[in-house]
Amino acid sequence: MTVAHTLEARSLSVGYQDREVLRGLDLRIPPGRITAIVGANACGKSTLLRSMSRLLAPRAGQVLLDGKAVHRTPAKQLARTLGLLPQSPVAPEGITVADLVGRGRHPHQGVLTRWRTEDDEAVAAALEATGSVELADRDVDELSGGQRQRVWIAMALAQQTELLLLDEPTTFLDVSHQVEVLDLLTDLNRARGTTIVMVLHDLNLAARYADHLIALADGAVHAAGAPAEVLDAGLVEAVFGLRSTVIADPVSGSPLMLPIGRHHSG
Amino acid sequence: MSVVDRIRSSDGALARVVAGRRRRSARRRAILLGLGVLIVAAFVVTLMVGRTFYGPDEVLAVLFGRDVQGATFTVGRLRLPRAVLAVVAGAAFGMSGAAFQTMLRNPLASPDIIGITWGSGAAAAFAIVVLGLGGAPVSAIAIVAGLAVALAIYLLSRRGGLVGLRLVLIGIGVAAMLHAVTLYILSKAPDWEAQEAMRWLAGSLNGANWQSAAPVLVALTVLGPVLVLLARDLDALRLGDDTAAGLGVRTERTRLLVLVAAVGLLAFATAATGPIAFVAFLAGPIASRLVGADRPVLVPAALIGALLVIVADFTGQFLVGARYPVGVITGVLGAPYLLFLIIRSNRTGGSP
Amino acid sequence: MTTVPVGTASDAAAERLRRPTRVRLLWFAASLAALALIVAASVAIGSRDVPLPAIVAALGGGGDGLDAAAVQTRVPRTVLALVVGAALGVSGAVMQGVTRNPLADPGILGINQGASLAIVAGIATVGLTSATQYAWVAIAGAAVSAVVVYTIGSLGRGGATPLKLALAGAATTAVFSSFITAIVLPRNDINSVVRSWEIGGVGGARWDVLTQVAPFLVVGLLLSLGSARALNSLALGDDLAAGLGERVALARITAALGAVMLCGAATAAAGPIAFVGLVVPHLCRLLVGVDHRWLLPYSAVVGAALLAASDVLGRIVARPAELDVGIVTAVVGAPVFIAIVRRRKVREL
Repeated sequence: MTVAHTLEARSLSVGYQDREVLRGLDLRIPPGRITAIVGANACGKSTLLRSMSRLLAPRAGQVLLDGKAVHRTPAKQLARTLGLLPQSPVAPEGITVADLVGRGRHPHQGVLTRWRTEDDEAVAAALEATGSVELADRDVDELSGGQRQRVWIAMALAQQTELLLLDEPTTFLDVSHQVEVLDLLTDLNRARGTTIVMVLHDLNLAARYADHLIALADGAVHAAGAPAEVLDAGLVEAVFGLRSTVIADPVSGSPLMLPIGRHHSG
Repeated sequence: MSVVDRIRSSDGALARVVAGRRRRSARRRAILLGLGVLIVAAFVVTLMVGRTFYGPDEVLAVLFGRDVQGATFTVGRLRLPRAVLAVVAGAAFGMSGAAFQTMLRNPLASPDIIGITWGSGAAAAFAIVVLGLGGAPVSAIAIVAGLAVALAIYLLSRRGGLVGLRLVLIGIGVAAMLHAVTLYILSKAPDWEAQEAMRWLAGSLNGANWQSAAPVLVALTVLGPVLVLLARDLDALRLGDDTAAGLGVRTERTRLLVLVAAVGLLAFATAATGPIAFVAFLAGPIASRLVGADRPVLVPAALIGALLVIVADFTGQFLVGARYPVGVITGVLGAPYLLFLIIRSNRTGGSP
Repeated sequence: MTTVPVGTASDAAAERLRRPTRVRLLWFAASLAALALIVAASVAIGSRDVPLPAIVAALGGGGDGLDAAAVQTRVPRTVLALVVGAALGVSGAVMQGVTRNPLADPGILGINQGASLAIVAGIATVGLTSATQYAWVAIAGAAVSAVVVYTIGSLGRGGATPLKLALAGAATTAVFSSFITAIVLPRNDINSVVRSWEIGGVGGARWDVLTQVAPFLVVGLLLSLGSARALNSLALGDDLAAGLGERVALARITAALGAVMLCGAATAAAGPIAFVGLVVPHLCRLLVGVDHRWLLPYSAVVGAALLAASDVLGRIVARPAELDVGIVTAVVGAPVFIAIVRRRKVREL
């Protein structure tokens, strides 16, 4: 089922009111791989994700999906290829897990079409993939943070898109749940060939899980490439303004960044 | 568990998902049916019971167009239009209220609370008291003013997208201002006209006839289906704008369409009956408690609105001492609902 | 490697902290001057033209005829406007502090309407007449509705957000309005009394009304001013306030009681007047910042000035008739409310 979809931005400029956040940014998302976007606070990571999924209209330049501008693609058609999980999604009060995951079928349904067997199958598969079948009849309100995040990812899976964009999928999770979510996304990528693009706060987890790392600074791409090639002390200094040393991760061999701070010498 | 196993659904999971969905759909159908039966029953009772009692045979005869001594006038010309207006106006209030609450993601954010109906109210008071009008011109002015005020609130709350929260608060501000203006107009009115305007403002079915019921019926048959067709997109908006947009919903367009359709329904119903308090506010939450919070509530809310108005009108006419307009009865019903909210929060320790 | 000194302040830093005090005192003097001008205008302007010498004579107790009578009704009216305005201004500032809610206002939160319902019920059932009775009943009604609104507003996720409090206030107001209609509609005898009282005005001011509500206002004001320091701690959030040694629940109840007494007594004296309690603290915060020890006295002065000015405005625009001050404040205040909402970021709501 892997059709290699290409997603790229060309001289993309995006802003809110009088503030320009992205300034003529160019990037290419490698199809079928996991891409992590990193950068300091307020450097435009979320803005980039939102404009790649058509939520924000560009001031100049464009975002191209398979060579077609996403802002001229009908919303539902786009939503069948590209899914988005925003940073802190809100569940309506009193909704059950199965129903929330079922909302992911929205782009596959017309105004008058009824719920079909394939919709049920997609929901069941998404619940299974995220290990949340047992939660199906529970209220989303009752779930723990980690369970809730799995359910949201299940909703994005039920959408059955070949591209999945996630804005900080690990925020508010403790470290074991962070790893669980990232392992799950890796499973998806390996089994289905789903292209995954995520904004991550934790530079070391990004380096561990991503095939491709994009570092943003000042509304433009500062560096992009395999983590082992782009992540070094110079990049951390330039992007985060932080002195650090980068060593090889003893577990995976990927780069591991250690901050230095004012009270030690590097 | 290997990776590939986890991607294709097993039969167990599928069966579980299907069973859960069937159970909820069956419940929903049963409740819709039950509400329909109750409305028909209330409708028949209001046709039969009044100062004079008419048996089912006489009522049926009148409905089929036969001439019955006395009943043709009382049932056909007085009670029937009143009952029809109660049902269609109640359905219009209930449906538009639920649409607002869903769109704004807040069970308290119904159009009567956030000032959408106050435009019609202030304009009608002005037309009755200052211009000395009555009947159809008052309705026309109320409809136009209702739409204009809703549009003004919408435009004021538009700033870089994201209308929801601001819309609620600006609506409350506008409502407070219009409320003061309405009170002022009333205070300057001669007693008789003030009484007339107050009855209208409280929401009343007195003087219902086919001329006042027909426009609401037309509005409901045109705008009701529009809202029902938008229901799925509207429901996706409850997940938040970003998630809804990610699912392919055009958020801004959906909101605007829902707003226009819901305000249209409200304006027509308000013009015919005055703002019947709290029907729009109560119908949605009652409906979602009955059919489950995660199901679309527009249709059940419309049924509940209709039931509320027809029962409250009957109560106001015959079951309490003084003859109260229907809006006073439904307004007072708001109190137990607010109390219920408080009591429930105490029991569950503050979380819903 | 630079080191940052911890625990000592340089002289320059101390000087910087002292400077705003002078600015604040300057603004305070300016507000008092503006207040004096408005008071003069309030005594001088009315539906009847009275020449200046006659005004001076009337104030001195002399003068005669209709001129003197007109001026002599303007004096208690002005005093009532000042007192009610000050009470509403302080009450609004305290409510905004206690609920940490920039949109709190006795009108928006439905507390005025609670007081109104209590008074209307009192008029209809036991025939209340004196201002003291009005005040007791109004304060009780205001207190009950404050508790109801705050409870409903803090339901659900995220506690008492400005949005939920405002909605709870609007819903409660609507319920209370229905009750008032239900009480008044069958009673033609009290209809016009209630209707004119409901709008909110200071036109019918009498000295005896003022003296009867005065004790309530004084106690409310003392409670409020005494809570200023506690409100500063509460502004940081309950947990942090407790960490700073504040007894959070006690502080909140004391301050809320002060605010409720002020707005209940003001409502008893002048009817429900909306938006003064909302607008005044926002205006004052622009002038003096967020320190409640400055904010509360400022709100009193500016509130008094605003209400008196609105009253004068109502006498000018509708000449020879008068526009009740409650209408003027609603028409002037609502746009300010909308402007505040529009300026805020959505997340803060």
